[in-house]
Amino acid sequence: MSEGVKKFLYVNRKAPHGTIYALEALEVVLIGAAFEQDVELAFLDDGVFQLVKGWDTKDLGSKNFAPTYMALGDFEVTKVFVEKESLDERGLTADDLMELMYEDEDDDWAEKPSIRIVSREEMARIMAANDVILSF
Amino acid sequence: MAMLHTVNKSPYEKSALESCLNHVSEGDTVLLIEDGVYAVVKGGRAANALASVKGVKIAALEADLKARGIGGDKITEGVEVVDYGGFVDLVEANDKTEAWL
Repeated sequence: MSEGVKKFLYVNRKAPHGTIYALEALEVVLIGAAFEQDVELAFLDDGVFQLVKGWDTKDLGSKNFAPTYMALGDFEVTKVFVEKESLDERGLTADDLMELMYEDEDDDWAEKPSIRIVSREEMARIMAANDVILSF
Repeated sequence: MAMLHTVNKSPYEKSALESCLNHVSEGDTVLLIEDGVYAVVKGGRAANALASVKGVKIAALEADLKARGIGGDKITEGVEVVDYGGFVDLVEANDKTEAWL
């Protein structure tokens, strides 16, 4: 473990509207990002439902916090890992997901996608490689 | 004695839908609400489970589908989309309601 900056992984395993976990996780992620920690996000199991595009929460009368995911890139949260097996099982593909982008300062601020689809095996390695894991 | 069954949990996290489908009778209606609506996503494991149940009407609440970005051709065949008024109609049309939490 290196001194100072630690690698934080936020693990998201809950669908967005039925419980408060998804919204709370976003709040904590944004706070962590403000402290300039190295932040990665993982979406697996029902967590992949959080990134499905096209939310319209008007009839529910609840907050549409989808735009917050879109803003993650501006907070330098640029590594968003989504597990392929979780998508497959739920009838989803990468095309169903929001297009999260960030500007790469090391590449003339080129716009790049934040979402990386990874296998279950890769997800396990990502979890093992982080210093701190926060679960939602 | 037709029954309305409501399911409000994700089929990928809880066994509510599975247990519900194991206990329905012909002529009953299963209404998916809240996170229960994730069962209708075409190609998903839960949508296949819905398709395997015969003689039971499957409905899903529109407001919950829309909030979750599930619409149009993402919804598997044979699912009736109902609004809040349709929910009330289903309650009224059945003898009783059982909630699978």
